[in-house]
Amino acid sequence: MMSQDALAIPADRFDGARELPVRRIQPVHGLVPLELDELWDYRELLYFLMWRQVKIRYKQTALGIAWAIIQPLFTMLIFSVVFGRFGRVPSDGVPYPVFAFCALLPWQLFSFALTESANSVIADPRLITKVYFPRLIIPMAAICVGLADFAVAFLVLLALMFYYGMLPTVAVLTLPLWTLLAIATALAVGVWLSAVNVRYRDVRYTLPFLSQLWLFATPVAYPLSIVPPQWRPVFALNPMVGVVEGFRWALLGHGSAPPAAIAVSAAVVLVVLTGGLYYFRRTELTFADMV
Amino acid sequence: MTAVIRAHELGKEYRIGSRVYMSARESLTRAIAAPARLFRRGHGARRGAGEGETIWAVKDASFEVHDGEIVGIIGRNGSGKSTLLKMLSRITAPTTGYAQVAGRVGSLLEIGTGFHQDLSGRENIIVNGAILGMKRREIDRKFDEIVAFAGVEPFLDTPVKHYSSGMQVRLAFAVAAHLQPNILLVDEVLAVGDIEFQRRCLGKMKDVSNEGRTVILVSHHMNQIRRLCQSAMWIDGGRIRYIGPVGEAIRRYEHDVTSGDGHDAGAHFTRWELGDGGHTLTHTDRPFTIRVHLHLVEHVVGGHYTVGLTNNRDVVVAGWAFEPVSLGKGRHTLDVTVPQLPLQPGTYQLTFSLFNGGNKLAGGVLVDNWTGVPLLNIDVVPLGHGQDALAGVLNLHATLESRTLETPALRPLESATYSSKTPSTIRA
Repeated sequence: MMSQDALAIPADRFDGARELPVRRIQPVHGLVPLELDELWDYRELLYFLMWRQVKIRYKQTALGIAWAIIQPLFTMLIFSVVFGRFGRVPSDGVPYPVFAFCALLPWQLFSFALTESANSVIADPRLITKVYFPRLIIPMAAICVGLADFAVAFLVLLALMFYYGMLPTVAVLTLPLWTLLAIATALAVGVWLSAVNVRYRDVRYTLPFLSQLWLFATPVAYPLSIVPPQWRPVFALNPMVGVVEGFRWALLGHGSAPPAAIAVSAAVVLVVLTGGLYYFRRTELTFADMV
Repeated sequence: MTAVIRAHELGKEYRIGSRVYMSARESLTRAIAAPARLFRRGHGARRGAGEGETIWAVKDASFEVHDGEIVGIIGRNGSGKSTLLKMLSRITAPTTGYAQVAGRVGSLLEIGTGFHQDLSGRENIIVNGAILGMKRREIDRKFDEIVAFAGVEPFLDTPVKHYSSGMQVRLAFAVAAHLQPNILLVDEVLAVGDIEFQRRCLGKMKDVSNEGRTVILVSHHMNQIRRLCQSAMWIDGGRIRYIGPVGEAIRRYEHDVTSGDGHDAGAHFTRWELGDGGHTLTHTDRPFTIRVHLHLVEHVVGGHYTVGLTNNRDVVVAGWAFEPVSLGKGRHTLDVTVPQLPLQPGTYQLTFSLFNGGNKLAGGVLVDNWTGVPLLNIDVVPLGHGQDALAGVLNLHATLESRTLETPALRPLESATYSSKTPSTIRA
């Protein structure tokens, strides 16, 4: 038996520490540090899990990559008929199909990423109960799977714009920024939901409903300009408003990217994401006991 | 020798009796009902069944492991062995105490974690390797070696769902065997796979420790533990009962299992073996005998003797009862001969019970009830579905015959016969 003193030596004087890093495993109370450096160490695993998800997705579905085109294309057609033609929803001078598709692109990236990430942790319990890696990798990998679909659908948009004789302006260079904001939004909410989902399986059933409500609270089928000005600040709290407006501005050169609204979007994402990361870190310790 | 693991009063408490996850509605109801519950408790009402009850899966575990050591962990099912490994591998956090761990830890609590049936052998090697903690360069470097070790070269680009279960196990093992962390935690995974392959894996593991790496191995196979480990830890009821030389640890554990268990000086089962004296069944289609040794201090008249067989998912897969059994004082052997036992390969738990004067319902008195040690190991070629989860409990060969009854094309009607033994899709 070791004496109390010998066991209490600090980690840096631990025998094994001469060449190896020493980790201390102990009960956790209060705020758990994010340990983003450890996450960085596992970046290859993140890549491989993403790669795995993409492969599985395209191997399991009969139509494979075609889904990436079918989904936004048909939604756009329905929107064009229902809102554009029957509803006569204005599209700020842009042909309605392009107008809608341009917003559907980031929307579908977001909603797919949100659903995938929210269900990611409970999808494969063995990853949780049989092996260790930073659990945040799981929702993160799920988020990025939709990027492959996004890339394909993007080509369709370019074709559509070409058909209507539209050319993107220099503003198109800001597109990665808006894409990143869409992903960050999905991650922010996805991290919360994936952790809550472990304890409350209701999340799975709430998701389709949530994503439908969110779609109508985002100017995808309609322009932001028809929203009464006094409501706009409230709208700006929804980061997807910033994303959709950003996409339209970057691709169609329509409207402008109001810096204030974008700052609000980014701030909201940052707050939700930070809270989500800490919540996830706090609850991930009990994942293995619960999934 | 330097310490690479140092645990100090490590403990893990689990809540039992209540379901671990609940729906939001239940949570809400509980939150609303909480004041009422407090009130009732204040009035000395009994707490709801199971609520708040906890169990210590591991308690006050203090120990040290040095580099280059292979340490065995032995103990009964549910004694806390796996929980200890899960804490050391950071899968679950301890409730008390702490452990210091030096260097990279690889845990092998299961083989093939992350395997996906639709992915090819090549893809699964890469993903599984990454999940087990290998770096990309490491996987690239060892890829050919892994493939050769598993012997799956020709099927590398075939989805693993077309592999036989034996091939899948070999592939998963091959990846795991090439994992080279500083500390390797292994939980009972060597219980599957054929004997020859197991032997190669054990050899590989021995190499690992010769390179100065540390291995902690949980196993029910005392022979494996004895062959591989210099020292062993015996855990019982979540507490470490003994740490020391492997021979002594096994002796104490086996002594406890065979003599303890609430057995007084009275009658009891002492040991069991198969007809050939061993505990491994290498055929399941021919008769074999389960022999148990029994020491009686009183006469058994009109006795009721049962033998039960439980698989590692705690499912009773077979059970037999015999009566009336009459035995005098003294030592006996009871042989149960089973004509065939087509079960999946793996480890099984035998349970022996003897009642005096009929079975429990008929008012019989329990003479002894014993969980056989060691476990029964069934080591045969798997014949069923290649995916373990779908293979079921029985291990049987089957045939399929297809006949085309009607076809719109101007082709002759066809028929074909398939055999479940070796997936024909692989050979094609």
